[in-house]
Amino acid sequence: MATTQVPCPLPGTFYRRPSPDQPAFKNEGDPVAVGDTIGLIEVMKTFNEVKAEIAGTLKAFLVEDEEAVMAGQPLYEIDA
Amino acid sequence: MSFKVTKPGLATTVQDLGRPGYFHLGIPLSGAMDQIALRTANLLVGNDEGAAGLEIVFMGPELIFARDALIAITGGEIPPKLDGQPQPTWTALPVKAGQTLSFDFLKAGARAYLAIEGGIDVPLVLGSRSTYALGTLGGFQGRKLQAGDELQLGPAGNGGRAGRSLPDSLRPVLPKEIRLRALPGQFWERITEQAQAQFFEDTWKVAPEADRIGYRFRGGRPLDFVPREPPFGAGSDPSNIVDGCYSYGSIQIPGGTEPIVLHRDAVSGGGYFMPATVISADMDLIAQLQPHVPVRFERVDMETALAARATHRADLERIRSALA
Repeated sequence: MATTQVPCPLPGTFYRRPSPDQPAFKNEGDPVAVGDTIGLIEVMKTFNEVKAEIAGTLKAFLVEDEEAVMAGQPLYEIDA
Repeated sequence: MSFKVTKPGLATTVQDLGRPGYFHLGIPLSGAMDQIALRTANLLVGNDEGAAGLEIVFMGPELIFARDALIAITGGEIPPKLDGQPQPTWTALPVKAGQTLSFDFLKAGARAYLAIEGGIDVPLVLGSRSTYALGTLGGFQGRKLQAGDELQLGPAGNGGRAGRSLPDSLRPVLPKEIRLRALPGQFWERITEQAQAQFFEDTWKVAPEADRIGYRFRGGRPLDFVPREPPFGAGSDPSNIVDGCYSYGSIQIPGGTEPIVLHRDAVSGGGYFMPATVISADMDLIAQLQPHVPVRFERVDMETALAARATHRADLERIRSALA
C-alpha cells in the first residue's frame, strides 16, 4: 500500500465540516472514493469543495480544521 | 468556436484594461487587476496591449483549442501545461488545434493572465470587453467562465512570434515583505493620532474574502476615532460619513477594524470614511496577494506617489522596448 500526500488546490481557509454544528466530512481512517468531499476551502466569499481524486483510506490530515492554507501545501495523506 | 472551457477554474474572467469613464454612474473600472501583466501577455503574442485575455485567480482553467494560436501566460506563477507537458510563463507558446491547456497548482502570486493571439472576441460593452460579474455586465455573458463555454477569438495579427520571451530581469518579483504605499486623505483626521500611527505600524493580513471588488485586511489593532457630533446624513457609527465618492485604491475601514482597499470592481460611492488611498503604482501588486499574506501600509507623500508612478511607467516602457 502506497501513501500519497495530496496537495491543497487553493489558498484560503480549510474546513473539515460543512458547518460548525455538523460532523466532519471525513475522519482519519475513513474510506475515500474518487469524488468524495474531503473538506471546504473558503476564499473570495465562496466555499469550494475539495474532492478526492484518489480512492483509498484517509491516513491523516496534515492541516488543522479552520487553518490557513496555501495552494500546493500538503493537505492530507491517503493510503491507496 | 476558437476554444472551449472544460474546467472553469475558480473565477476565470475575460478582462481587458477596463472601462474608465462611467464611475460617476456607478459602473466601475473593471479590467485586469494586474494591468502590467495583461499588457505584457498581449505584447508577447503580438496583440494590442488592451486586447481581452483571461484573468485566472488561484486555480487555472482547462481549455481545449479548436484552432492554432499563439498564447502567453504572465502574472502570478500558475504553471501552464499543454497536453500535460509543463510550459514556460512570460513566453509566447504555439498551440495546435486540439491541444489542451491546463495549469498546475499556484506557486507564487495570485493571478495569472492568459493572452491569445487575436484577443478574446466578446461584445464591447461601454467600450470594454471586461467582465463586471457583480453587475452581470461585459465579458462572456457578464459572468465568470463555466465548463462548456465556447469562446471566440479575433483575427490574428502578424506581430506574434513563438518563443518570444520577456527577459528575466524585466519580470516582476514579488517582494518578501509586502509594503503598500498609501497617501493619507480627506478623512485622515477622523482617527486619533495614536490610531494614525497604529495603522502604519501594525501588520495586516489579506483576508480570504479579498476579491476584485475590494482587498480586505485584518489583524491590526482596532482604530480609535476622534469624537464628533454625526453630521446630518451620516450614521451614528463613527466610521460613517455623509455619502461620498470612492476612488480606485481608496481604503475604507468600516468600524475602524478591517481596512478594505477598493479595486477594479468596487462600487463608486457610499458612506464609509476613507482615511487613505493606496498609490496607483502599488495597485498591480495587490492583484498578486494570496489570502493570509502579511502586509504593512507605508505612509508616503504626493511627491513620492508621483515618482513611484513614473517608475512604474518606466518599467512598462522597458517591457515594450524589450518586446518591440
